[in-house]
Amino acid sequence: MRHVISALVMNEPGVLSHVAGMFAARGYNIDSLVVGRTEDPRFSRMTIVVPADERILEQVRKQLAKIVSVVRVRDYKELPFVARDLMLIKVNTPPGKRSEVIELAQIFRGHVVDVGPTTIMIQLAGEEEKLDAFVDLMRPYGIKELGRTGVIAMPRGSTSVTLPSVEEENHAPAAPVKNRDSLSRGGVTKLTDKREPSQEELESLPPG
Amino acid sequence: MTASTTPAGTRSASPKSPKNKATVEVLPQQFDTNGLPILGAPVGKTSRYQGLNGAQILIKMLKEHGVDTAFGYPGGAILPTFDQLYDAKINFHLVRHEQGAGHMADGYARATGKPGIVIVTSGPGATNVVTPLATAYMDSIPMIVFSGQVRTFMIGNDAFQEADVTGITRPVTKRNYLAKSVKDLPRIINEAFIVATTGRPGPVLIDLPVDVTTGVVSEIIDDTPYLPGYKVRPAGHSKMTKAAAEMINEAKRPLLYVGGGAILSDAWREVRELAEKGNIPCTTTLLGLGAFDELSPLSVHMLGMHGSAYANYAVQECDCLIAVGARFDDRVTGNLKGFAPRAKIIHVDVDPSSISKNVKVDIPVVGDARLCVAEMVQHIQHRPRQEWLDQIGQWRKQLPFRYDASGPLAKPQAIIDAINTITKGEAVFTTGVGQHQMWAAQFIRWRKPRSMITSGGLGTMGFGLPAAIGAQAGRPGELVIDIDGDASYIMTAMELATAAQYKLPVKVAILNNNFMGMVRQWQQLFYRERFSYSQMVNPDFAAMAESFGIKGIRCTRKEDVFKCVEQMINHPGPVVVDFLCEEKENVYPMVPSGKCLHEMELGIVGSDHPAARAGNSNIVTPDSLA
Repeated sequence: MRHVISALVMNEPGVLSHVAGMFAARGYNIDSLVVGRTEDPRFSRMTIVVPADERILEQVRKQLAKIVSVVRVRDYKELPFVARDLMLIKVNTPPGKRSEVIELAQIFRGHVVDVGPTTIMIQLAGEEEKLDAFVDLMRPYGIKELGRTGVIAMPRGSTSVTLPSVEEENHAPAAPVKNRDSLSRGGVTKLTDKREPSQEELESLPPG
Repeated sequence: MTASTTPAGTRSASPKSPKNKATVEVLPQQFDTNGLPILGAPVGKTSRYQGLNGAQILIKMLKEHGVDTAFGYPGGAILPTFDQLYDAKINFHLVRHEQGAGHMADGYARATGKPGIVIVTSGPGATNVVTPLATAYMDSIPMIVFSGQVRTFMIGNDAFQEADVTGITRPVTKRNYLAKSVKDLPRIINEAFIVATTGRPGPVLIDLPVDVTTGVVSEIIDDTPYLPGYKVRPAGHSKMTKAAAEMINEAKRPLLYVGGGAILSDAWREVRELAEKGNIPCTTTLLGLGAFDELSPLSVHMLGMHGSAYANYAVQECDCLIAVGARFDDRVTGNLKGFAPRAKIIHVDVDPSSISKNVKVDIPVVGDARLCVAEMVQHIQHRPRQEWLDQIGQWRKQLPFRYDASGPLAKPQAIIDAINTITKGEAVFTTGVGQHQMWAAQFIRWRKPRSMITSGGLGTMGFGLPAAIGAQAGRPGELVIDIDGDASYIMTAMELATAAQYKLPVKVAILNNNFMGMVRQWQQLFYRERFSYSQMVNPDFAAMAESFGIKGIRCTRKEDVFKCVEQMINHPGPVVVDFLCEEKENVYPMVPSGKCLHEMELGIVGSDHPAARAGNSNIVTPDSLA
């Protein structure tokens, strides 16, 4: 089972190293890890694909949340989300084969970004399976070089993985635990949410 | 340290208490309306740092945060800071090795509840603190290390005494900082104090480039700590605390399992109230020793690999296990598949990642132990549970801690028993790691929190002496005893010079068997007595101490043990006693690796041990356990 985890982290040196180090130290495997800036210069967004079962995933989530420079963690288990990977692939195009390759690229909605006498470079974005399929199709022609960014993901609808709201941050003792589903109301959680927290919720109060 | 010098709301030790009578009072942290702990001074955009250089800011803020004691070693990159320390009126202790400084700060923090402060230089100075950082990280001890660093523009240039300290210490600190500019320094220091002391405490390292400590602030800066997503002090969810209390009320055979977290969060009073109000027997881990009064009839003493047989049987037979501030470590659980097979588990812990990490938890209560247990107490009802208590009493009678006192040399257990008899548990004890540590846990009757100071999680040999020095510095006037092994002691023995220089009257009892005992025990039991590199040629420890200007006593005869212990305790200054011990003693009970708690090797403890059955009058069960 591969899970996509999105983490909002502080934009400072060492955070990536800390997260990667934590994964390594605990022995959790990483399929891909992408980190980049967000609309807020104080924060970066990290998208991690982890091949793991339920129990390990829970620990991964909690250990990630425990890191002080990680602000918020969300895994996309039950949430509909959009995931994209970007690839640049340089394919051998012997004379006469170039149009075939371009045709295949067009079918996949890829773009030709470089042309040479014997090679052609194609940029392709999409879900991982789509990219894998395209790579398989290109193999017979001969792949000179291949680079993939890794998966970034975002939940559908108005849910967002953002900074905790002001009420959440000023954690008053004995305030009810935020219900995760309340995030679907546009990313701002409300103290008035009366829904019963789930077992998992209760185990996952963001740590001190 | 009196209340008037303590900034409002920060933790402080009680005023100097009469010898042997102290229980350290730690005031609960106060929080402002934004949920942040109240620090030494108001935070915000301020001009109060204008004109000050980094070193002056550091010392000023340390004082404001209530720091009156620190440990460390100077060096090139940290000289500007040390210049400010010169007349700063902070009790700074110069050590002989930075590892000693780290362990001293750790012992200080465990003994007083205040964060331990270390100031060392760059490069090798900082890398020498890695072991103490890892020790503190494993046991969740609040500690802040200020390490020097080369000038900001030289970083990454392989400069003299440069090391990537933030990279090296990242896995062993709760958070670390590299101060790139003096303008960030006040905010970083405020954040460090919050992160180190709140939630699940832990060590924090701040790397201070030398030009940051000499740089001067020329403008208005903001020193508000910025910790988005960091929850400082979660209180348990009331639904869970109520459910937990109800489950306990219905349980016929409940058992409290109390760990170091109960002491770190000062929850020990609430835990005792819970146990007494609900009539629930209580066992503690190595780090939880002292949270519960072991002389109470409800106490079943320590559990785990070398814990008492009755505690381990109680865990395996209980139907409701209430974990407070403990993390189900492998030394406690034995084989996880067979751990507490009949029990429903309630887990009170401030760190959600500890819950359901090893053991499936039925009722998780995430929050500060003190707050959560206090809430649970309100719903707890008294139940007679006579059958359960009788069963535990029976096991306790059949299988107490025991040892065989025969043989020409003193037995280490007898020495510890003597220390317990004379001190009545009214002292602060530190230990190294190994057999002596286990015997100390078994044969001292622990009564007060913050009296057992030992490296549990990491198991760092050499912890004993520096931790004792740090504890003594934090609790002047009290009796501090380091029960050490010869192998552990000699690792950091140079810190005797520190004890001598600052006249800290620590008492060191070395249980000397010329072996690293625990390794020898394992080699004897599991490696067919192939004692591979575990035997040592030791110096004359008493003479060694004398050379430092510290009284040294050598106890060679069994008959002299009691007298030597008395001498040690009554000597007014620091003293080292070298007790020559029987070398082939083993710690029992023992849960072999891979076995469950009830599958202990009982050894001498077992009532069917041949020596016991033969009515050997040399088998001693200490009075404290009879």
